[in-house]
Amino acid sequence: MTAADRLRDDILLLKRRRQLYTAGILVFLLAIMVGGYDQANDMNSGSFLKGLEKFFDYPGEIVAEAWAAGADFPGLLLRFLPALIETLNIAAVATILGGLGAMVFAFLGARNLNIWPPLVPVSRRLMDVMRAFPELIVALFLIYVLGSSPVPAMIAVAFHTAGALGKQFSEVNENIDTRAVEGLGACGASWLQRMRFGVLPQVLPNYLSYFMLRFEINVRASAILGFVGAGGIGTELRRTIGWGQGSGDETAALFVLLVLSIFLIDQLSSWMCQQVARTEAMA
Amino acid sequence: MSSMELHAPGMPANPDRDSIARSLRRRSHAGFALLAVVVAYLAYAWFAFDVPGLIDSARPERAALLATDAVAHKVHVTRMLRRGTTVIAVEGERTATYTTPPDWVTVDGDVLTVDLDDGYVAKVLPSSVVFVVPDYGTIRIAVQDGRVITDLPPGVPPDWLRATDAKFDARPDLRRRVQVSRAKIEVHRYFLGWENFFFPFNSPLQAYSFGELLDLAFDEPRLQPETANWRLIFRTFWENPDWQHGNVFVALLETLLMAVLGTVTAAFVALPLAFLAARNFAPSGTLRFLVRRLFDFLRGIDMLIWSLIFIRAFGLGPLTGALAIAFTDTGTLGKLFSEALENTDRKQVEGVNATGASRLQTYRFGVIPQILPIFISQGFYYLESNTRSATVNGALGAGGIGLMLVETIRTSRDWENTFYIILLTILLVIAMDALSTRLRRRLIGDR
Repeated sequence: MTAADRLRDDILLLKRRRQLYTAGILVFLLAIMVGGYDQANDMNSGSFLKGLEKFFDYPGEIVAEAWAAGADFPGLLLRFLPALIETLNIAAVATILGGLGAMVFAFLGARNLNIWPPLVPVSRRLMDVMRAFPELIVALFLIYVLGSSPVPAMIAVAFHTAGALGKQFSEVNENIDTRAVEGLGACGASWLQRMRFGVLPQVLPNYLSYFMLRFEINVRASAILGFVGAGGIGTELRRTIGWGQGSGDETAALFVLLVLSIFLIDQLSSWMCQQVARTEAMA
Repeated sequence: MSSMELHAPGMPANPDRDSIARSLRRRSHAGFALLAVVVAYLAYAWFAFDVPGLIDSARPERAALLATDAVAHKVHVTRMLRRGTTVIAVEGERTATYTTPPDWVTVDGDVLTVDLDDGYVAKVLPSSVVFVVPDYGTIRIAVQDGRVITDLPPGVPPDWLRATDAKFDARPDLRRRVQVSRAKIEVHRYFLGWENFFFPFNSPLQAYSFGELLDLAFDEPRLQPETANWRLIFRTFWENPDWQHGNVFVALLETLLMAVLGTVTAAFVALPLAFLAARNFAPSGTLRFLVRRLFDFLRGIDMLIWSLIFIRAFGLGPLTGALAIAFTDTGTLGKLFSEALENTDRKQVEGVNATGASRLQTYRFGVIPQILPIFISQGFYYLESNTRSATVNGALGAGGIGLMLVETIRTSRDWENTFYIILLTILLVIAMDALSTRLRRRLIGDR
């Protein structure tokens, strides 16, 4: 047997083994899907096949009632605008405060910036723990202590945001080109000046895009937290849905407002990122 | 800051110096303006959220209460005034009643002397109670003619007690409490630790230590003739009525099931659709436009609204949660995958094509290997984030640990139970995070 033959056999063996692994993984995933859906269907209070027939009933009912409301529909949108603004405020304040916290964590937790080495692991673990807290838990606890108000939701979302954005920010910080910082250091720039002129210009565009993405996520999260008593659009939704039939027009108005605001934020963030990219290209 | 500091002294002035300084000044002005806007917005939010009113109505003592209750349990000594009966029970549960009083309660006919530690003593008489508080004095509370009559030592009443005609409630600190209403007298003493965590109060297994349990587990004779000992031990633990380990475990599993099913479904539905939405693979422009709008629609409707629609159609349960996650994330992952496909290298595809590969083979060997790392890494990332979403979605009514958490908090019966559920939820999320990070590293390296 020549060396080439042996090589060919090796390659074929490797290939066969890979195919086996791939097939194994696919079978495993398939088993999870089939078994999981079967199990989930058993645990559910309604069954899938019966539900499938009714799937369009509820959306249909909402649309029909909104259609029946006709000319009053824009008035409904206007009536729920304060609730939407409250939800947007919760998300915006939480993103700003959480973002500021995240920046502190990110600078302390970046291995390449050497701000205070003992703090690097502390800051990273702290971010991990804050990220792991589902907003729901913090919100429920704070609602119990502070009463029903937007503030508990805001704090809960900000808490999670500080951890989640902090991780993304610190990854950005670790990927910067340190030559700019070293150059500034060589001409005698202070630590603050090195950060201001060497690091910030490199990281801000990425920070901005993560920040806007997080804002969109937080709007969704704040809307959901309304269901447990945090105020805003979620609280209104729980009310109108609890009333059942007849309030479909109000539910539809709330859905429209929520979807519209998420769409607008999405457009705004991509526009802002394009603007920043254009300024970068000119500079 | 001035631009002077950036130049070594004595160097000839750069002809561009003024323009650099101007641009720097403009940027720092813009920075300050942005800061001012943010501060102004936060000030507006301060009043829009009515923070001053909130500070007034906040009940910080509830936080302290929660913190103590989460790590402690209390034993109730209750005297029902109409029937004249006395019950001593852990957390007032009927299933956890002492048959012989513990050593800190002395029974002498109708009189119970409850030693509340640190010099506090409550003496429970047939229709009154004498509460001795060190550094304050002796409080006598009696129930006469359907009214609660309180006799306090002279001076200003302390802020830890409330006394009305209908109710007396004294909690000098977090470790003891005396309550009197028209119907009953209740004395609470707190102890550190979770009570009956493993086995119910009246289970014969309570008496065994951990080592003895291990011996017992695989040993004869059987405690109950019809079941093996290890099975008995497990079942007593699993069906513990106070902690409901079994139910909590099933709820956790439901949440995990929602996350895994939702993410896997979304990933495998999004992948083929992404080919239709990617500029360089789409068979037609119209189709590409339609698929992209479909992604926007799925993503934009939001998991909250999907959950509400699915709850109506399929009822409560993990299937509802899984479908809500799958619908939303098909949109998100589809968009991400189609962008990844648009960034793939043409050369590999052409190379595979040049060997005479069919269209399917081109995709399999030219394209899939390029986007596999993104597919895997985003899949795991969303799996981890969906575990968290699934707890929140559950609270809306999809079920799982989220619903259980909301229910235990709403009844606020026993905070140690809530705390236990919170701990398990966070552990689950952290475990999923660690697992997905590790698998991602193992499969595609540090990326």
